[in-house]
Amino acid sequence: MVEIRWHSRAGQGAVTGAKSLGDVVSTTGKEVQAFALYGSAKRGAALRAYNRIDDEPILNHAKFMNPDFVLVIDPALAFTDNITEHEDSDTKYIITTHLSKEELIAGIPALQGREERVFTVDCVQISLDTIGRSIPNAPMLGAFVKISGMFELDYFLENMKRVLSKFPQKIIDGNMVAVTRAYEEVK
Amino acid sequence: MAEKYDLQEREVWDGNFAASQALRQAQVDVVAAYPITPSTPIVENYGSYVANGYIDGEFVMVESEHGAMSGCVGASAAGGRVATATSSQGFALMTEVLYQASGMRLPIVLTVVNRALASPLNVRGDHSDMYLGRDSGWIQLDCFNAQEAYDMTLCAFKIGENHDVRLPVMVHQDGFITSHTAQNVYPLRDEVAYGFVGEFKPVDDMLDFSRPVTYGAQTEEDWHFEHKARQHKALMDSRSIIDDVLAQFKEISGREYKRVESYMMEDAEVAIVALGTTVETCIVAARELRKEEGIKAGVVAPRCFRPFPFDKIRDALGNVKAIACLDRSSPGGAMGALFNEVSAAIYTTDARPLVTNFVYGLGGRDFSIAEAKRIFKEQKAHADAGKITTDIQQFSGLRGPHLGFFQTKRS
Repeated sequence: MVEIRWHSRAGQGAVTGAKSLGDVVSTTGKEVQAFALYGSAKRGAALRAYNRIDDEPILNHAKFMNPDFVLVIDPALAFTDNITEHEDSDTKYIITTHLSKEELIAGIPALQGREERVFTVDCVQISLDTIGRSIPNAPMLGAFVKISGMFELDYFLENMKRVLSKFPQKIIDGNMVAVTRAYEEVK
Repeated sequence: MAEKYDLQEREVWDGNFAASQALRQAQVDVVAAYPITPSTPIVENYGSYVANGYIDGEFVMVESEHGAMSGCVGASAAGGRVATATSSQGFALMTEVLYQASGMRLPIVLTVVNRALASPLNVRGDHSDMYLGRDSGWIQLDCFNAQEAYDMTLCAFKIGENHDVRLPVMVHQDGFITSHTAQNVYPLRDEVAYGFVGEFKPVDDMLDFSRPVTYGAQTEEDWHFEHKARQHKALMDSRSIIDDVLAQFKEISGREYKRVESYMMEDAEVAIVALGTTVETCIVAARELRKEEGIKAGVVAPRCFRPFPFDKIRDALGNVKAIACLDRSSPGGAMGALFNEVSAAIYTTDARPLVTNFVYGLGGRDFSIAEAKRIFKEQKAHADAGKITTDIQQFSGLRGPHLGFFQTKRS
């Protein structure tokens, strides 16, 4: 079982990101779960979304998890939210930021000692460049594909196209570039 | 003729989408709805299927949930296949008309996305609304995940519309935990699903002008009792038809459902009885406890909450030593309903297991695998001691000091 926790603000697309990831992963024959903790949240409010991925049907419906991956798509939440909550000794962090990894960790005491497990990528800038709006979810998926090693990039892009098929071609193309750039730039 | 909807063999759907696809495949004629969180997408999707030509039906906008169920009563009495969705306060406002629908024997399908009842206001999942419907004369089917929300909605039409049943059916799924959680769902092809549900065949429809009928007549002490008794008998007698429909569903889908689901009960010494998504979380806990500590734990879950499966509950729990019944609704000064009903069923057998009650998960409070294991272990302690060693009713996952009521008088 792979468990993923997204930290986001309502409107940045974490819920869509989690559902898209689930959708793509399901095409490999795996069982998936994607959900979020929101409710009455308004745009801009901090929220968390979650994925579970397994070879067997997923029966656990608890919100509680010890995440294998923590994906932070809002730069400020890395500082203000408890992103290391319920971590274990292997939890990997992918954080969107314009800072260098060293600068970021220097500002977040909770991440100190986890340098090997922290990865950074500027999803906000990538989405502004490629999609024209700050929708950092698609770039984060590209970074996740790279860090998790769960799929080949081409396989992911092909299936992502299918998930996005109801959108105009321009949006699909922008997302493909965003995913690819984040895949290449995450470090 | 309806447009063809593009379906994959394996979809990733949340419970709301799954339920709305079942409404599409059943080609529901009329949905009268007043949307409410977290069930909104079910009727919203139905509206979009109608607007885009995927259903030859009608979406009726109304001024309240009372109006929604009233519209459903009218459309169903007129002779159409009718469904709607609601949750929580909306369900509460519908309650008066729920009794009208069942009393008039109208096979309406209500997809209920379970949510807490105010006050305090809360949009998340618990079973307060489901429990509010207990005595309303509806059949109530309960789902533990999105796949089941799809499967049971299809079955609901076939059960309720059976001419030996003629009763409205609720299909319950947990708010957010099922309704907004996307999981793998394996839908049937449209023609297979529709072939299973079948054409709607009305009984005494009001639009048959050659044979006028009255709906909603007044009966005082002369006949009211006989009507209600027949309605109760119809509910009781629906048990065998529900069994038949679930068996037929297995033939087309390969997925087996029973009025009472049992997991690892063959040799179980301790059991949890629960409803909704909690059932599956408890299955994981039981599996882990068997492996890690050798505790013979099992799970029993009413798939069919009404008619209450008094018969099947006895079969399922006849050989266990200790049982925890989990109620996700505030019992308001009593023991939980599941505890009361399960205990009553077992009391009519030779077995005398130790039964305790947990109130848990109100307003969407998380229920973890660790907590399910703790409850199982407590049952094991009762079984080993030969008596209940805790309060009979306890609260699980509550913050603050321990809250519990009543101690055993059995030594």
